[in-house]
Amino acid sequence: MALESLQREGYLVTRLDEVIKWARKNSLWPMPMGISCCAIEMMATASPRFDISRFGSEVMRFTPRQCDVMIVAGTVTYKMSKVVRKIYDQMPDPKWVISMGACASSGGMFRSYAVVQGIDQFMPVDVFVAGCPPRPENLLYALMELQKKIQGEPQLGGGGSGPVHIPEGPAPSTTAQSA
Amino acid sequence: MNNAEIVEILKRHVPASILAVEEFRGDLTVVVRRDDIVRVAEFIKTDSSLAFDLVIDVLGVDMYRPEERFEVIYIIYSLVNKRFLRLKVRLPEDTPTVPTVTGVWPGANWHERETWDMFGIKFAGHPDLRRLYMPEEFEHHPLRKDFPLMGIPDSLPLPRR
Repeated sequence: MALESLQREGYLVTRLDEVIKWARKNSLWPMPMGISCCAIEMMATASPRFDISRFGSEVMRFTPRQCDVMIVAGTVTYKMSKVVRKIYDQMPDPKWVISMGACASSGGMFRSYAVVQGIDQFMPVDVFVAGCPPRPENLLYALMELQKKIQGEPQLGGGGSGPVHIPEGPAPSTTAQSA
Repeated sequence: MNNAEIVEILKRHVPASILAVEEFRGDLTVVVRRDDIVRVAEFIKTDSSLAFDLVIDVLGVDMYRPEERFEVIYIIYSLVNKRFLRLKVRLPEDTPTVPTVTGVWPGANWHERETWDMFGIKFAGHPDLRRLYMPEEFEHHPLRKDFPLMGIPDSLPLPRR
């Protein structure tokens, strides 16, 4: 009821929206859904060398109930899809998904009856990261893109934008962007 | 002990069970009658000079031919003699069933489950013939030659988006 009255007033709602988005995007706790070799690069992203905590995402939690963003890092088979979806469903809203690497995004080199050809077939995805596996810089770039996306989303009014695609190869310099 | 001696012992004790003997680059393969596989397995395990006591693998092959479409291959090792032996059973398409060897080598249990899962070859008398890799409600056998590479649509349901 309080929120509705704020929305009618206009000005205060937009500013409150900005504060909520700012708070959310700088404290994205990841759910490390590491299910094959991409997980190694995801771990490297959390290591001191790449330091994911620069972006407020160092708190990897192994319970979905404390997570904001699921990083699906690896090959998802049909058998595993039920598990991934169940863990995603257990995450509290608002929640986001990064599809890390070729396998999660498209099945990758596993063009076979057993592998889901892209996890967007059974769950919503916010950022796709190319690469096999992507380098830690690419994952950090995906996280920054997700932060940008969250900053651009209306949080109180609902709605949202489509997925972001991170191309393969050297990511645009993360040091330059974060400066 | 060399391959000739192994063949000689087999021919002396279980001559009626052996259909063919093949040797390729030192690897010995013995084709066994389907109904006699347990008897032969029992013999080569318990015979003190052969002592084939370890099952390395049990696998299937889809030869995709009109007669005797499937083959089951048992790769057996003797820890005593440090030698391999390959047993082979040929199965027709309409009754792809072979007696289980889990009573002889308990280690064959999961190998036979895998072969059932992938090829649909039944192992009669197996204590727990469930699928090993695919979901239990799956109805096909993916390593058969007539199974399409990308699977059969809707045979593996995904969670709802």
